[in-house]
Amino acid sequence: MATARAHVAWFEELGEDDRDVAGGKAVSLGRLTAAGIRVPPGYVVTTSAFRQACTAFDPGGTIARAVEGLGADDESACRAVTAELRARVEGAPLPGDVENAILTAYRRLCDTESAAEAPVAVRSSATMEDGSDASFAGLQDTFLWVRGEAAVLAAVRRCWSSLYSEPSVSYRRRLHLPESAMAMGVVIQQMVDARSAGVMFTRSPMTGDPSLIAISSSWGLGSAVVGGEVTPDEFIVNKITGELARQTISDKAIRHVPNRATGGTTEEPVPPEQRELPSLSGDEVKRLATLGRAIERHYGRAQDIEWAICANGGNADTGTEIFLLQSRPETVWSSKETRLVETVSANPFANVLAIFGAPRKE
Amino acid sequence: METRTRSFPLPSEVGPVPGAEAADSMYPYFTKVGPEDDARFWFYNGMHFPEPIPAFDAITAEAPYISLGAYNTRVFVIPTVKGIEHRIINGRVYISAIPITDPAEIGARVPHFEERAFYYFGKWEELYAQWNKKIKVLLASIESIEVPELPEFEDKAVVFEGRGIAQNHYLIERYNRAIEAYLLMWQYHFEFLVLGYGAYLTFFEFCKKAFPEISVQMVARMVAGVDTAMLRPDDELKKLAALALETGVDGSFTENRSAAQILADVETRGAAGARWLAAFEEARRPWFNISTGDGFYHHHRNWNDDLAMPFSGMTRYISELRAGRTLERPTARLKQEREQIAAEYRALLPGDAERATFDQMLGLCHLVFPFVEDHKFYCENWAATSFFNKIREFGTVLARNGLLSDSEDIFQLNRYEVGMALADLALSWASGVPAKGTRHWPPIVAERKAALAKLAEWSPPPALGPVPENIQDPLLLMLWGITSEQLQAWAAPPSEGSELRGFGASPGVVEGIARVVRNIDEIASVREGEILVCPVTAPSWAPIFGKIKATVSDIGGAMSHAAIVAREYGMPAVLGTGHATKRIKTGQRLRVDGTSGVVTILE
Repeated sequence: MATARAHVAWFEELGEDDRDVAGGKAVSLGRLTAAGIRVPPGYVVTTSAFRQACTAFDPGGTIARAVEGLGADDESACRAVTAELRARVEGAPLPGDVENAILTAYRRLCDTESAAEAPVAVRSSATMEDGSDASFAGLQDTFLWVRGEAAVLAAVRRCWSSLYSEPSVSYRRRLHLPESAMAMGVVIQQMVDARSAGVMFTRSPMTGDPSLIAISSSWGLGSAVVGGEVTPDEFIVNKITGELARQTISDKAIRHVPNRATGGTTEEPVPPEQRELPSLSGDEVKRLATLGRAIERHYGRAQDIEWAICANGGNADTGTEIFLLQSRPETVWSSKETRLVETVSANPFANVLAIFGAPRKE
Repeated sequence: METRTRSFPLPSEVGPVPGAEAADSMYPYFTKVGPEDDARFWFYNGMHFPEPIPAFDAITAEAPYISLGAYNTRVFVIPTVKGIEHRIINGRVYISAIPITDPAEIGARVPHFEERAFYYFGKWEELYAQWNKKIKVLLASIESIEVPELPEFEDKAVVFEGRGIAQNHYLIERYNRAIEAYLLMWQYHFEFLVLGYGAYLTFFEFCKKAFPEISVQMVARMVAGVDTAMLRPDDELKKLAALALETGVDGSFTENRSAAQILADVETRGAAGARWLAAFEEARRPWFNISTGDGFYHHHRNWNDDLAMPFSGMTRYISELRAGRTLERPTARLKQEREQIAAEYRALLPGDAERATFDQMLGLCHLVFPFVEDHKFYCENWAATSFFNKIREFGTVLARNGLLSDSEDIFQLNRYEVGMALADLALSWASGVPAKGTRHWPPIVAERKAALAKLAEWSPPPALGPVPENIQDPLLLMLWGITSEQLQAWAAPPSEGSELRGFGASPGVVEGIARVVRNIDEIASVREGEILVCPVTAPSWAPIFGKIKATVSDIGGAMSHAAIVAREYGMPAVLGTGHATKRIKTGQRLRVDGTSGVVTILE
């Protein structure tokens, strides 16, 4: 468990009890790291750091009061207040110990990667996101391929300030959530320069069949798949035998790649000869499915997983290396799951009446 | 049942094939289409009858439907389905199931069914042990039928032992015995089969609910046995191949030698040769009684009738053993894999009630499956090939007396006509004059042979009559590979595209050159590494499974024996494509995806 007052915590230090200080995403990455699954290393800027920074930005608590004073439907007032607030969160000086903690951890990450300015992904890790209240998910921001101390600090502050985006604020107002209860962790994680990336459900997304694993994959960073900007390749794998049940190879027109000059990512066309090639090899599909199954077993329920395959970061033996970027419970089919059997038949033969005993309805 | 826009011809709309008019007289009146048949949906039973049926072979349609229907309708009183009607149209068998839809009638049948079916399930092993005995008694009785000679004068013993019965009586009596034995075999065939499939289908439907995308193939893998009689003949060849190497007689087996030449050469090899020949005799007595087809036609001979298939198999196995390959099926691993797959599906079920139900259903499947798999060897293979051989002997008698020009011609007469011809012969022998049949039958035989050749060129529609909205009949799916989607695909005009869809019956993807084999006589043309494309694959083709890369068939479900054997050989198979033998030409390059069930013609 992370120390309650620490400003940062490494993934491997996090446990289930740290949801309040680290947010759901960070805790999930911590659990995966602890389970021995290959997760790019990283740390979380805790809610304790967030709260201390907020106190510094808003010494008299005027921000909180201004937000709480907004009417849920008062769009113009909301627009004005949130613009002002975001400027303060992104611009006011950071408390020295918070800045120091973030940067010390970043330098350690750079050292482990033997890079001067290791590229990282900076993402919000809300205390409510990724959990049961899926509707709150996605209101915060993600920043990819962030490099250098200044850029990291700016990205953290922009994550925080995303809490004061109009949709985020009006969401809280509609639900009458107190501002004092609001908190956010920010995940800073080594960024994988993905050759291919995508998502994986440990159920069939079409029917909810729990014996299948569905992998969506495309070239480049996973953001193109997650954002729906490309029609990915689809691989459906039998969870039990590992056999490929079916696959659809799509024409993948674009890919997201790191922008090495400015940081962030760029969309670019996929070279013509590569567009209709499978973005995963048969072996990679197998390895991903094995990984998906291990993660599902670890959590004891169906998962929705983001992953990336790194072409040049892997070890020489396997050629490529699979990284797990995120895993959360699958919610669509899990919530629909119904029982198939009310009571077990007293006579084991009576089950055949399902076939022979009633007119067949389809 | 709702009907959708008609996409198949009505039975009454199917006209005769020009030049095959003689076919009209070949089959019994009850197999002909009547006006009432247009209201029902029929599909072509091409799995069992892939070629036009000679007149005599129509008994293999009549006999099974006599007993299948009796068990459904009258013996086990299945609440929702009666028998299967059959019609012979241009030499092809079309069938239609008779469902029961009135809830009151279903309700009235349920208690009878429960009492009767549950008794059989409860006593399954005991009753099946009894079955195993009686089927062997029946097999012995077929083989023991002596077809009488009709001598110039009766043997003296008839007089001096006071027997008082002339041989012409036995001519008729023995023929009737052969027919009765065959009909009885079909009674035995269905005694357990419908209940066995019911147990299997119950499990299949449950799996389908729990795992909506589960394939028939995967359910089959949880249920199918590892040691089954149908796999035994091929196993025996492997054992004999190993013994040939062990005894040092393997040098007798070379590709260009016939079976007779190999046997003669083994015989010259002293004690070693004698040892191998003794083992061969022992193995062939039961296990070579496997049909090179599926036993539904008189020309589906067994391995004992034609040793070419087993000897080419053994020659091949010997060279594989010399190359250091292991041939024995890894039964322990297959068993373990089967149990592991079942355990893992079970673990994915939502709760304990589902797991307990899964156990009940799978347990029942494992109880009934030895019969479901093994009956085929004893019934369609051993009994059927013995029966047709016995009928050949009657053909020899008829030919010797001038009623036929060749003993094989007996199969151009239906079973009732053979009875008439034998009566004619019995009468004429008694009267001491030539039989009338000597003028009557030869022209009919010639006409019918010509008609069959014409009928073979006809492309039978896969189905006839109004298509029901849904025919997710599990029996049709399992045995014939018929689903609503499949029918829609068949109903569509043959596309110019390069893809065919069927059942992915054995997983894996391969590319290779097609070899289209329309009947078993052409099987010898198959070369190493080709993809076999055929109307239907018989399990006795297993010896060439080691030679081919994949198999594609017009007809067949994932529970067919071909599917099971293909899975064991780890060879991709796509079955039930409908048109593969028409769409694919020998020499074309194919990609066969046995997982998704897609065959692509690459060039």
